[in-house]
Amino acid sequence: MEAILEARNVSMHFGGLRAVDTVDFVVEQDAIASLIGPNGAGKTTFFNMVTGLHKPTAGKIFFDGQDISGKQPNSVTALGIGRTFQTIRLFNNMSSLENVLVGMNSRLRGTWYEAILHTPRVTHEEREAAAGAMALLEYVGLAEHTHEFAKNLPYGLQRRLEIARALATQPKLLLLDEPTAGMNPHETHDMTMFIRRLRDERGLTILLIEHDMRVVMGISERVTVLDYGRKIAEGTAAEVQKDVRVIEAYLGRRAVEAFTQ
Amino acid sequence: MTKVSALQDNLTRLWLRVPEGARKVVLGMLVVTALIALPFGVQLVERGYTLSLLFSLNVALLYVVLALGLNIVVGFAGLLDLGYAAFFALGAYSFGILTWPTHGLEWSFWIVILLVGPIAAFFGLVIGTPTLRLRGDYLAIVTLAFGEIVPNALRNMSDINIPWLGLDHFNLTNGTQGLNPVGKPVINLQAIFPNMEPFVVGQGANQSHWYFLVLVVGLLVLFGSRRLDNSRLGRAWKAIREDETAANCMGVNPVRTKLLAFALGASFSGVAGAIFASMSQAVFPELFRFNVSIFILIIVIISGMGNVWGVLVGGLILTLFDRVLLAQLAPPLLHSLGDQLNSDFLRGLDLQLYRWVMFGTGLLIIMLLRPEGLFPSRVRKAEFHELDEPILEASTANRRPAGTTPAEHDSMSGGDDS
Repeated sequence: MEAILEARNVSMHFGGLRAVDTVDFVVEQDAIASLIGPNGAGKTTFFNMVTGLHKPTAGKIFFDGQDISGKQPNSVTALGIGRTFQTIRLFNNMSSLENVLVGMNSRLRGTWYEAILHTPRVTHEEREAAAGAMALLEYVGLAEHTHEFAKNLPYGLQRRLEIARALATQPKLLLLDEPTAGMNPHETHDMTMFIRRLRDERGLTILLIEHDMRVVMGISERVTVLDYGRKIAEGTAAEVQKDVRVIEAYLGRRAVEAFTQ
Repeated sequence: MTKVSALQDNLTRLWLRVPEGARKVVLGMLVVTALIALPFGVQLVERGYTLSLLFSLNVALLYVVLALGLNIVVGFAGLLDLGYAAFFALGAYSFGILTWPTHGLEWSFWIVILLVGPIAAFFGLVIGTPTLRLRGDYLAIVTLAFGEIVPNALRNMSDINIPWLGLDHFNLTNGTQGLNPVGKPVINLQAIFPNMEPFVVGQGANQSHWYFLVLVVGLLVLFGSRRLDNSRLGRAWKAIREDETAANCMGVNPVRTKLLAFALGASFSGVAGAIFASMSQAVFPELFRFNVSIFILIIVIISGMGNVWGVLVGGLILTLFDRVLLAQLAPPLLHSLGDQLNSDFLRGLDLQLYRWVMFGTGLLIIMLLRPEGLFPSRVRKAEFHELDEPILEASTANRRPAGTTPAEHDSMSGGDDS
């Protein structure tokens, strides 16, 4: 399998804090990979480095063979990495449709003077974009809420809208930061199935941060565990679950002793 | 049912039977006729009194252009600009410098009016670039300073000494006296039709000529604004306003997007400044004080930020309130009222002195009672309306476990945790 994302010895220091500490990390094409770890392990910081919000203190990140470390978020998005946020960050006072259309920004070419002149090219492009955005809203189950303000959507639908907006950037790699946070078991199950569908139907590679172990174990082929910024384990879900260091990180040394006795 | 309402009913039904396209054409023609007839009607009213209604209307339309420009910066892109009058000044002075006879340039109004847009846009970029990393209050402070610097700099540019440029006591802006006279928009129809009687449009102080010029510019700016609003760039502006980081992650280049807001907003203002200069035939620093920036900002906020039609209506109402009601209608009314009540207080009351008190109070009242502005956009109104209906499936709302309602979730998760 070919690697679509590769981090080499990546570190991120905030002053004295090593949020991410020399992490090597590979995501293979068409995989669903998970990044797990206790609170403060550096998972979101890692996402932020991949998407360009942080420039790594050391190390390099490659996407599709291209060095993307330190690139601006919008250029990273244009290259084909889409993301959602741990705390929903929709454009609240814009409709669902507009939210998705903003996601298409890097795929559209219309300029300000074309917009003012309403050239045929830009009119055509806008019509296509609106149709594409409608199709995406339908795909995530928001067809009935097209003109609803994002802030007025119920929580579960906001999560879905964030995914639709990320899909609108036409990513090859989709980063999902805790997509099931705050969901009940039923919604979590739906979301898990949906993530699998995304990969199977749209040919996406997916990397997710997740706390819910059932989600992680259910869908990811490969799990990487971070603790205090360091990678402490990697492997299939089953392998990682048995790893002593992982149990220790999550439950403490006493728990490990209890298990091994 | 009375006869009148029956007639009204029948007429409505008849009207609705007309195909929609034709209805639009008829309505459009009515609007155009009204707009063309308006100045002559206003002048008829003016004739009997010592009022300058049409001039006030023209100024009001220019303020609408200014407010539409500021609406791009503040309403669409969410960048609080407190020094917007600086671009108004730069437009007016660019026009003045290029057409002031003393400089000997005396370029044609029609050429200069095409140039001031780009010139002001350039200055928009100059002020925009260093402020790109600033948000909210800090941006407001810097733009406020810029708004103070520009008129002061222009005032002091009457004695420029730069030896290596060959400038020795060069008088660019004529200091506090300003530039006077400046160019006028002249269309000499005799040049095109030699057999015609000499007829020169825009030469005199005939305000109806100005009205048509300002109307055309206003309509161009209005429709330009509308189209920008519903474009890729308009959506990018609003996304930046809502959440700059998220917008950046969705492929919006914040630097480009913000600079375009500054540049386009400034160019609207520059054009308005040039026309204002030509209309009043004088440009001097006092015209562009801080309160001009604030007045334009008040128009945008009271009208409903981001809504183009709201800004149009709000701009007209506020400017006419200030220029006609307070300045022209109130004094004689108060005077005669004072005579009748024998009150020296009323006779001497000049409401114009209290205009800022009124605007400030109005702003406060709007903020308290109707924070979305007087004329919020139709989309927003529709949204408020839809909220009344049970759009959320009750099941979704109930299935959610306690403590994870959207509102609570939002407040629980302030930022990135790892």
